Amino acid sequence: MSGVVALGYASSWGAALVRISPYTFSAIGIAISIGVSVLGAAWGIYITGSSLIGAAIEAPRITSKNLISVIFCEAVAIYGVIVAIILQTKLESVPSSKMYDAESLRAGYAIFASGIIVGFANLVCGLCVGIIGSSCALSDAQNSTLFVKILVIEIFGSALGLFGVIVGIIMSAQATWPTK
Amino acid sequence: MIFFLAIASISERNMYGFEALTFNIHGGYLEAIVRGHRAGLLTTADYNNLCQCENLDDIKMHLSATKYGSYLQNEPSPLHTTTIVEKCTLKLVDDYKHMLCQATEPMSTFLEYIRYGHMIDNVVLIVTGTLHERDVQELLEKCHPLGMFDSIATLVVAQNMRELYRLVLVDTPLAPYFSECLTSEDLDDMNIEIMRNTLYKAYLEDFYKFCQKLGGATSEIMSDLLAFEADRRAVNITINSIGTELTREDRKKLYSNFGLLYPYGHEELAICEDIDQVRGVMEKYPPYQAIFSKMSYGESQMLDKAFYEEEVRRLCLAFEQQFHYAVFFAYMRLREQEIRNLMWISECVAQNQKSRIHDSVVYMF
Repeated sequence: MSGVVALGYASSWGAALVRISPYTFSAIGIAISIGVSVLGAAWGIYITGSSLIGAAIEAPRITSKNLISVIFCEAVAIYGVIVAIILQTKLESVPSSKMYDAESLRAGYAIFASGIIVGFANLVCGLCVGIIGSSCALSDAQNSTLFVKILVIEIFGSALGLFGVIVGIIMSAQATWPTK
Repeated sequence: MIFFLAIASISERNMYGFEALTFNIHGGYLEAIVRGHRAGLLTTADYNNLCQCENLDDIKMHLSATKYGSYLQNEPSPLHTTTIVEKCTLKLVDDYKHMLCQATEPMSTFLEYIRYGHMIDNVVLIVTGTLHERDVQELLEKCHPLGMFDSIATLVVAQNMRELYRLVLVDTPLAPYFSECLTSEDLDDMNIEIMRNTLYKAYLEDFYKFCQKLGGATSEIMSDLLAFEADRRAVNITINSIGTELTREDRKKLYSNFGLLYPYGHEELAICEDIDQVRGVMEKYPPYQAIFSKMSYGESQMLDKAFYEEEVRRLCLAFEQQFHYAVFFAYMRLREQEIRNLMWISECVAQNQKSRIHDSVVYMF
């Protein structure tokens, strides 16, 4: 109770929130980083893959080139894995007296936010690349000059995931736990 | 948690614009297949080659380079135009059956709806043929394969519409369309035509409601295509019933309850007594004004071709969007138009009337 008065929270919800261990937030952040990125990658791959298979029946020449779309979607999952590994190296043990210090909370929240940034940026990036990849396969089957042009759109789409990774890594760089 | 609820709601009621997220789960493969089939439709260059042919064997040779090749190659040499049309229709049926067996709900229901028009045509064909005392086997051979159902041969037994319904049609998907035309009158030519149009009206309205329920891009594109179909049928009913005993009220009952012409255009069309009055009504609607302005006054033969051209234009536009079901409908209709073209070309070539070929061929791409 004295902690609540000292920190000056107006409601008990605020107090409850800061008493959640920062390790909980970090762990959830890491889980979201990998889990939601893989969701985005899988979503994109099935959107592209089903169109690619159907279109390749009448136009078998498109298969090898259009695997690039699948690779772009896959890259999104790899970003998620990389960031998850980086985030989990940021976890350090602090003594329990310092677990609820402002600096610990900051580190926990930084890892959480980093995980969310990367996860959801990769989710929408995977979706975007998947939908464009589907259109790319269908257009390539009709007219092969369109492939390279639509690929440029896909490249711009996959940059979105990269933005998420960059910001996530910058965010997690400030996850410094208090020293013992 | 909220996220998954959002996804579930998207796949149930397609919010327009977000179909891309879930359409490919069930429809991605088939949409890609139907677009592959579309790439195999005959182009203007193919039609030009076909129009240069001297006889039906030449036509067979040119068609062997297209997707029809495997269907025509085993036909023995004195070819008939009916054989060519029959084999090409077989390709359409094979494509359709392949898509239907791969489809899940609601796409399978959508594909089934495409057949009901053919079923209605077959029912009317058999009933009319029986009235004129033709042989059952001959009639069954003339039926369109997409519209066949199991008990179709029993139609010859029926004497009036109530029997028709009770004996045969109550078990078919056409049963709900019969509620408006159950009478005990004997079947004669006039009644059969009225029956055909009433059934088709009920079918179009049912199809329209189904597409509205699907929502999203499917409902938008299909509404446009079905509205054009409804309006075209209204004009054809009007023109064909000028000078017959069909009263104005009866004529109005045959028009569908949707489309650009509903309801005010229908009021005006019901009282038309000749083609120039019909033209006057239609020219008030900008999309149809373009069609009617191509024909000079008093000329009605070109109307069919003008309508077909407009229909083909709209069907080709359906392929511009992805992730909807209207591409299947459009593909089936375009194939049927292509088969009509091939029949016309074959007939002109077989009867040595090549100057008239261009009267009725509708070019697609």
